[in-house]
Amino acid sequence: MRLINRVPSRPTALLLAALPFAAILAAYAIGSEIRLAANPADKLLPALDTIRATAVRLFTEADKRSGEILLWQDTFASLRRLFLGVGIAAALSLSIGMAVGLLPYARKSLTGFVAVLSMVPPLALLPILFIVFGLGEVSKVVLIVIGITPFMTRDLSQRVLDIPVEQIVKAQTLGASSFVIALRVALPQVLPRLISAVRLSLGSAWLFLIAAEAVAADVGLGYRIFLVRRYLAMDIILTYVIWITLLAFLIDWVLKRISERAFPWMGAGL
Amino acid sequence: MSFVTARDIWQSYDGRPILERVNLDVEEGEFISIVGASGCGKSTFLRLLLAQEQPTRGAIRIEGGPRAREPGRERGVVFQRYSVFPHMTVRDNIVAGEAFDTAWGRFRGARLKAARERADAILERIGLSHVAQTYPATLSGGMQQRLAIGQALAARPRILLLDEPFGALDPGTRIQMHDFLTELRAESPMTVFMVTHDLGEGFKLGDRVLVFDKPRWDPQDPAAFGATITYDFDARQGGIPFQGLLDRYPSLRAAE
Repeated sequence: MRLINRVPSRPTALLLAALPFAAILAAYAIGSEIRLAANPADKLLPALDTIRATAVRLFTEADKRSGEILLWQDTFASLRRLFLGVGIAAALSLSIGMAVGLLPYARKSLTGFVAVLSMVPPLALLPILFIVFGLGEVSKVVLIVIGITPFMTRDLSQRVLDIPVEQIVKAQTLGASSFVIALRVALPQVLPRLISAVRLSLGSAWLFLIAAEAVAADVGLGYRIFLVRRYLAMDIILTYVIWITLLAFLIDWVLKRISERAFPWMGAGL
Repeated sequence: MSFVTARDIWQSYDGRPILERVNLDVEEGEFISIVGASGCGKSTFLRLLLAQEQPTRGAIRIEGGPRAREPGRERGVVFQRYSVFPHMTVRDNIVAGEAFDTAWGRFRGARLKAARERADAILERIGLSHVAQTYPATLSGGMQQRLAIGQALAARPRILLLDEPFGALDPGTRIQMHDFLTELRAESPMTVFMVTHDLGEGFKLGDRVLVFDKPRWDPQDPAAFGATITYDFDARQGGIPFQGLLDRYPSLRAAE
C-alpha cells in the first residue's frame, strides 16, 4: 500500500500527536540532568521539578513588597493590551476592508496605500510611538494595531471581492441599496473571515506586545521575562513562556469554537 | 408601444464590437429564448437587459420608461450559479426578496411575520417547504435554482432574466425544472428572457426563439464585426404557430 494512502487509527493518531511533545520534554529532562550532574548550581537548564515548584509559587504566592501576585498582574495587563490592540485592528480592518471591497472609489484610493503601509516594519516604528504616545499603554496598543491592521485589511478586502458578482447583482435586483448590500450580503459573509484573520494575526500581535513590553513597561508578561533575564532565572522565564503559549492556544481555540457556532452555514468551509 | 423595446443597440469592449444593430420588441407575458454559439453576445445582451452594463449606443426601455443605469427591482435575475445567499436559510432567502428594498434590509415584528407567511406560500409553490430552515449549501442544484427563481419572483419583477439557469443541472433535473417553470408561468404570466445553450430547451419553453449570430464576417479579422439577432422564430405550439389560425379567426375560412 502506498504511503500516501496509509491513515493512522484513532489511538495511533493521538499517540503520534503526543510524540513531539514527549520527545522535547524528554530531551530537556536529559539535558538538564546531565548539566545538573556536572554542576548542581547550574541555572541554564533547571530541572523539571524546579520549574514546577517555581510555577506553583508564581501562580499562588504574593509578592512580598506589593502584596499582589505578579504573574496574574502581568497576565491581566498584557491581555488588556492585546485585546485592545487586536479589537481596534479588527474594527479598523473590517471597515476599511469592506469599503475597499465594495466601493470602487475607496478601492482606487486605498489599495495602494494599504499595500505600501503593510511593508513598513512595525518594530521600526516603535521608537516613534514611544516618542509620540509616551511610554504608557497607548504606544503598546498602537504598535499592535499598526502591526496587524494592514495584513487583516488586505485579507478582508480580498474576501469581499471574492463574493461572486452574481450575488451582488442579485441583491440589486431585489432593490438593495449599497448600505443594505454591505450590511446583509457582504458583512455576514466576511465575519467568519474576520475571525480567521484575527486567529492568523494573533501570533504577530503577541510578538509586537512582548517586544513593546520588553523595551518599556512596568508590568506585563514580556516585561517580566526580560526583567528576570538579568538574574538568569530560567525557571521563571520558562514558566512564563509556557503560560503565554497556553494563553495563545486557548484564545485561538475559543475563536475557532465561536466561528463554528456562529456561522453554521459555512459548513466545512472553516 | 411594446412592453420591452431595444432600439439600435451597439455594445463594444475596448473598441471591439460585440453586438451591433440589435432591435427587439417584446410583448408583455412573452417567453423569449435566446440561443447562439459561445461568444456570440447573448449573455452580453442579457447583461444589457439587466442594466448591469450600459450599451455603447441605443437604449432598452420597459414600457417606454427611462433607461436603467443599474440593476433594480424591475428586472429579476437568476444566474447559472451563486444566485442565492449562502448565509441565509432558505426561507430567509425568500424573505430577502421583499426585505432588501427597505432601509436596513430586514423586517421586524408584524411585517416580518407577514413576509414569512408569504415566503412560506412561495416555498409551498416551489416545493421547498420541507427545507425552509436549512442553508442553501445543503440543497441539490435543482432545488437551489428553484429557490433562486422563487426569490426573484418574491420581489415581483416586471421582467425575469434567466442566464443559462439550468446549465449546471443533470438532464433529469433539467426536465423537472422545465415543467416547474411552465407551471409557474401558467399560474402567473410573466415576461421572461432566457439565455440557453440548449436549442431544444429554447424551443420547448420559449414563445419566441432569438438566434444571435454575426451577419458580417471578415475571415482576416473575426472580431471585426459584432453579432445581432439573425433569426426570430415563433416557437408557440411546437414551432407551428399558424396551424390553429383558422380556428382563431373563423372569418378567414370563407376565403377557403
